[in-house]
Amino acid sequence: MTSELDIFVGNTTLIDEDVYRLWLDGYSVSDAVALRVRSGILEQTGATAAVLQSDTMDHYRTFHMLERLLHAPPKLLHQLIFQIPPSRQALLIERYYAFDEAFVREVLGKKLSKGTKKDLDDISTKTSITLKSCRRQFDNFKRVFKVVEEMRGSLVDNIQQHFLLSDRLARDYAAIVFFANNRFETGKKKLQYLSFGDFAFCAELMIQNWTLGAVDSQVDDMDMDLDKEFLQDLKELKVLVADKDLLDLHKSLVCTALRGKLGVFSEMEANFKNLSRGLVNVAAKLTHNKDVRDLFVDLVEKFVEPCRSDHWPLSDVRLFLNQYSASVHSLDGFRHQALWDRYMGTLRGCLLRLYHD
Amino acid sequence: MPGKLKVKIVAGRHLPVMDRASDLTDAFVEVKFGNTTFKTDVYLKSLNPQWNSEWFKFEVDDEDLQDEPLQITVLDHDTYSANDAIGKVYIDIDPLLYSEAATVISGWFPIYDTIHGIRGEINVVVKVDLFNDLNRFRQSSCGVKFFCTTSIPKCYRAVIIHGFVEELVVNEDPEYQWIDRIRTPRASNEARQRLISLMSGELQRKIGLKVLEMRGNAVVGYLQCFDLEGESGLVVRAIGTACTLDKLSSPAAFLPACNSPSKEIKEIPFNEDPNPNTHSSGPSTPLKNQTYSFSPSKSYSRQSSSSDTDLSLTPKTGMGSGSAGKEGGPFKALLRQQTQSALEQREFPFFTLTAFPPGFLVHVGGVVSARSVKLLDRIHNPDEPETRDAWWAEIRQEIKSHAKALGCHAVVGYSESTSICEEVCILSASGTAAVLNPRFLQDGTVEGCLEQRLEENLPAGCGFCHIPYDELNMPFPAHLTYCYNCRKQKVPDVLFTTIDLPTDAAVIGKGCLIQARLCRLKKKAQAEANATAISNLLPFMEYEVHTQLMNKLKLKGMNALFGLRIQITVGENMLMGLASATGVYLAALPTPGGIQIAGKTPNDGSYEQHISHMQKKINDTITKNKELYEINPPEISEEIIGSPIPEPRQRSRLLRSQSESSDEVTELDLSHGKKDAFVLEIDDTDAMEDVHSLLTDVPPPSGFYSCNTEIMPGINNWTSEIQMFTSVRVIRLSSLNLTNQALNKNFNDLCENLLKSLYFKLRSMIPCCLCHVNFTVSLPEDELIQVTVTAVAITFDKNQALQTTKAQVEKSLQRASTDNEELLQFPLELCSDSLSSHPFPPAKEHLESASSNSGIPAAQRDRCSSWIELIKLKAQTIRRGSIKTTVTVEKASPMGEGNFRNRAAPPCANSTVGVVKMTPLSFIPGAKITKYLGIINMFFIRETTSLREEGGVSGFLHAFIAEVFAMVRAHVAALGGNAVVSYIMKQCVFMENPNKNQAQCLINVSGDAVVFVRESDLEVVSTQQPPANCQPLCTGGEVTT
Repeated sequence: MTSELDIFVGNTTLIDEDVYRLWLDGYSVSDAVALRVRSGILEQTGATAAVLQSDTMDHYRTFHMLERLLHAPPKLLHQLIFQIPPSRQALLIERYYAFDEAFVREVLGKKLSKGTKKDLDDISTKTSITLKSCRRQFDNFKRVFKVVEEMRGSLVDNIQQHFLLSDRLARDYAAIVFFANNRFETGKKKLQYLSFGDFAFCAELMIQNWTLGAVDSQVDDMDMDLDKEFLQDLKELKVLVADKDLLDLHKSLVCTALRGKLGVFSEMEANFKNLSRGLVNVAAKLTHNKDVRDLFVDLVEKFVEPCRSDHWPLSDVRLFLNQYSASVHSLDGFRHQALWDRYMGTLRGCLLRLYHD
Repeated sequence: MPGKLKVKIVAGRHLPVMDRASDLTDAFVEVKFGNTTFKTDVYLKSLNPQWNSEWFKFEVDDEDLQDEPLQITVLDHDTYSANDAIGKVYIDIDPLLYSEAATVISGWFPIYDTIHGIRGEINVVVKVDLFNDLNRFRQSSCGVKFFCTTSIPKCYRAVIIHGFVEELVVNEDPEYQWIDRIRTPRASNEARQRLISLMSGELQRKIGLKVLEMRGNAVVGYLQCFDLEGESGLVVRAIGTACTLDKLSSPAAFLPACNSPSKEIKEIPFNEDPNPNTHSSGPSTPLKNQTYSFSPSKSYSRQSSSSDTDLSLTPKTGMGSGSAGKEGGPFKALLRQQTQSALEQREFPFFTLTAFPPGFLVHVGGVVSARSVKLLDRIHNPDEPETRDAWWAEIRQEIKSHAKALGCHAVVGYSESTSICEEVCILSASGTAAVLNPRFLQDGTVEGCLEQRLEENLPAGCGFCHIPYDELNMPFPAHLTYCYNCRKQKVPDVLFTTIDLPTDAAVIGKGCLIQARLCRLKKKAQAEANATAISNLLPFMEYEVHTQLMNKLKLKGMNALFGLRIQITVGENMLMGLASATGVYLAALPTPGGIQIAGKTPNDGSYEQHISHMQKKINDTITKNKELYEINPPEISEEIIGSPIPEPRQRSRLLRSQSESSDEVTELDLSHGKKDAFVLEIDDTDAMEDVHSLLTDVPPPSGFYSCNTEIMPGINNWTSEIQMFTSVRVIRLSSLNLTNQALNKNFNDLCENLLKSLYFKLRSMIPCCLCHVNFTVSLPEDELIQVTVTAVAITFDKNQALQTTKAQVEKSLQRASTDNEELLQFPLELCSDSLSSHPFPPAKEHLESASSNSGIPAAQRDRCSSWIELIKLKAQTIRRGSIKTTVTVEKASPMGEGNFRNRAAPPCANSTVGVVKMTPLSFIPGAKITKYLGIINMFFIRETTSLREEGGVSGFLHAFIAEVFAMVRAHVAALGGNAVVSYIMKQCVFMENPNKNQAQCLINVSGDAVVFVRESDLEVVSTQQPPANCQPLCTGGEVTT
């Protein structure tokens, strides 16, 4: 006696959250059954393994049918085939677009292309996330990217509107899209200590201040591309380190203000010129795409690492950066105050976030 | 020109990509009605076209309006080649034809293609302007309302229940026409869908005409089926009960229909006899007509047609009859006379209803059924309905005479079915013989005083159990006792019926689903030989099915079956029998005896031991079941009962070679255990198997109950969560081990596993009850068995259940004349409260709610051991009362989270799709049906030539059934409704050819589209709506709709 056909269709589509998770995690039906057995569900319910098998198959089939709709979540809301309460719809979508931290760290800043997709095998082995799940997450990134690129308006809003994600998840996707578009390097060994959250935080600041959208909300891709004009202008900041008088004046202003307030004052005083040179040079180099990509590597190399080696506490870093950006306003010979604020305001936020072990 | 149909095509959405180059579609729409076709403009390059067409107007006869469906075809415009069809929508405009139903059909309909399934949606508006037509000889029957519901619909009152209407139309099946060889599968499927739609329309119109002739205005319990006879044709047939219904202005004023305003209408029994009986069992069907009929407890056979079946096999044991003597006697006789006169005018005094207005059902005799085997290739004139009409007439005649033999003049809960395999067809009909109150059948024939007195003589809750036949002239030997409820009339020891449990019936404990399953191998044979073989097997099957049912009933410690449905399915090489019913313990009937096992070889020690071991197991099971279903009948001493009935011990034990059973005569010893035992003799392995299979039925896991009737006895505090589902399983038998036993085991396992799966799937709804569990068996191929189950799971409040049952038992004990209206409506009222306490009341306030009205007085009398308890009860009632007034407060608290979600479900802001509930029941728990919008009767075919790509047979069928649900919901929503009640999947014919990567499936569903209003909403309207009722994300329980 073999079961040829075995289905269950409810007027309200039954969604088992546990099975959904197993499906999203890319387990095969037999693996999922084994995992469910291990969870003790048989003992709890008095069911047999055959029942569990049939139940799991059924849910998998349903999810498979829903997957097509999940690719365009508004369709899930308007479709008539599956009657699903709104709260469940939201859950289906949110979970489908959720991603693993380990996975996103691997692909963040990479081009969402076929080439990267081919590397998913390695990522799967490395992160011990099933290949199927890796593919889903990668395809989600790519799908969101494709839909929102060349679109007008706020990136987060666009993502939210087209994928019906929660605010938090939409922000994460905005960061992923932003990183993929600008191809920021995040995979270097130096950057391994940084979490996705750190990058997402920086991305949000950069989107707010450094993109086209920051000055003009009526252009395509406004939140995805960095403001080229702004990057060009950043060269002007070079005078801060190139002009020796200006540099000295800047140093003395910072030192005067921080004397007695900083635990690492002497180290700061000794390193000031190096740090300042580092930060200003990062700005000046951003005209080249390659250097844009290395932004985070540079920041860590030029600022985070020197400070960390001198054991600056975070509070001192904050005090220093505040004073460092504010003092520029007192430099009479410096004419690019607005530019400096736009640059340093974001950079300060990023650096503080990046500064940890 | 009595009607103008107006159609407007508004827009489309989610259309499929038809042009690969642009990834877009140039869509336009053809609107066709009858022979008139209109077209919209082509909307270029869009998957979401906005046609916004003008109103297309069709001027048509109302006859056409009834027969024809509106056909909407969406196409992709192609400049160079033929336009490609995207899909179709058929809209039945019947609901627009009567005044009280829908006035407009407007909404999004899934665009359906028989090869690709649903492909996008289309927004359509349909209206009908009807002109009054005074033509007396008209062919249309616009205005007659149709209901699938097998009871008087909730917001109507029955003025007269006229009786049986039937009709049958035949046509050539497009699949078997020569043209089918050259046309595409799509064209063939569409021809079939269209034909069935047309035939249904015609059938409904003709039935409507019959109703008008009877001066009725509605058909209740309308059941339409189609028979795919293959070469000989396609039959669509329908039965129903003609009624005159009055709309109740306020559903609350649901008064029993006594003193109905006497109308002038005199019933004119104009039953044109469509059966000239020319082809009956004559030369066209050389096969003998075999009919079996069953009395409640045992099979009893009255054969009117010729039959060479071995009659002696049908046991002549049975149940007894109460005398028509004593007080009730003369009236009963009078009543019978009058009813008879009312009913005799009818050709067939049949009623498809399963639930009745209070007072309608007087006595119930038992189940009557008839079957007949026919050869389809012997029909002389296959395109004409005469032969089939004659067949059915014959069977109905049979049923009628069986009912008569049981002292009944009517048959209720009547249904008909067929099973076809190749050229052999088994026709079956069954129902419950009954005596009815003539008051409803005809106006003004019964004087008021008689009614009054009758009413007095009929004790509530047990009257229907009293035997209708004459005790001294019993149709079959039976075992009678005085009614345990009123002590006045005689009752049988067991009662089998096809109807729902009457709402006023006194029941002890809960009910449960009881199934008998049976397979019999049969040699493959041709034509007559085949039919003979089947005819010979049928009585054995019927007999065994009944034995199984009886054994299982006893094992459950119960004494009555309701909603009995026996399905016999014929296949190439086997016959399957599946009987489902809901077992209950009727307080009026005697306590069932146990089951005793008798060994054949008592000398063998180990054998003896084995037997006693089995016996112990059986006894344990019975005790366990009694506990499980809360069957604690009161112990009654003999004094109360009065003198035992002087009954001669005329019957001896009937023990046969096969494991047969019979009643044993006992005195009226009411103590448990040693009551008249049901004896099973074990004399061979077969019998052993039977006993084993008895014990292998696993009870549902705790928190689950199941029944196949409308309501579950003992549970009446439904909460609002419902989940209707369909589950299909097909198993392939390995041809090696095809013995009857292996087959039985396979089939049994299939059904049991299916049930287990359902319990597992629905575990989040516990405590819940599977209601209206409907199993259908078919044998699509040699070694395939297909079982389809449709049912609804309803949650209930456990705490309240306990209380009400107790209260009910006490009530019945006290013989308090229960107001059945109260019983019926009370639980519904409660639902609003239980809603707020869902999923589980954290506080105990709700505990006593069920007993607050009816429970306390009963409890007051004797159950409450101390007055303190009584005070507690009262206090709780009062507290509860105060809760009611502060409903909103409670809802706003975190406690009412479950409720929040429920409320949030329908009007949620971001969802544009309205929720449509579906249920096989005639009601929606916790809600009031305010309007019936019309009948939904849909037929779909789906075919695929890429089975593997669509996920194999399971993927294919899963998607198809989901699509069918979607289309039903869309039609209901377009009518302005929010639920389908009395939903039934009448057919699900699945055929596959995995080698060719092909599969085809036909599904026929029906139900009543309704508008319902949550009772909690009605309540809340007065107070303020809770402000926040949308929760963004929740992980908790299902909101089932």
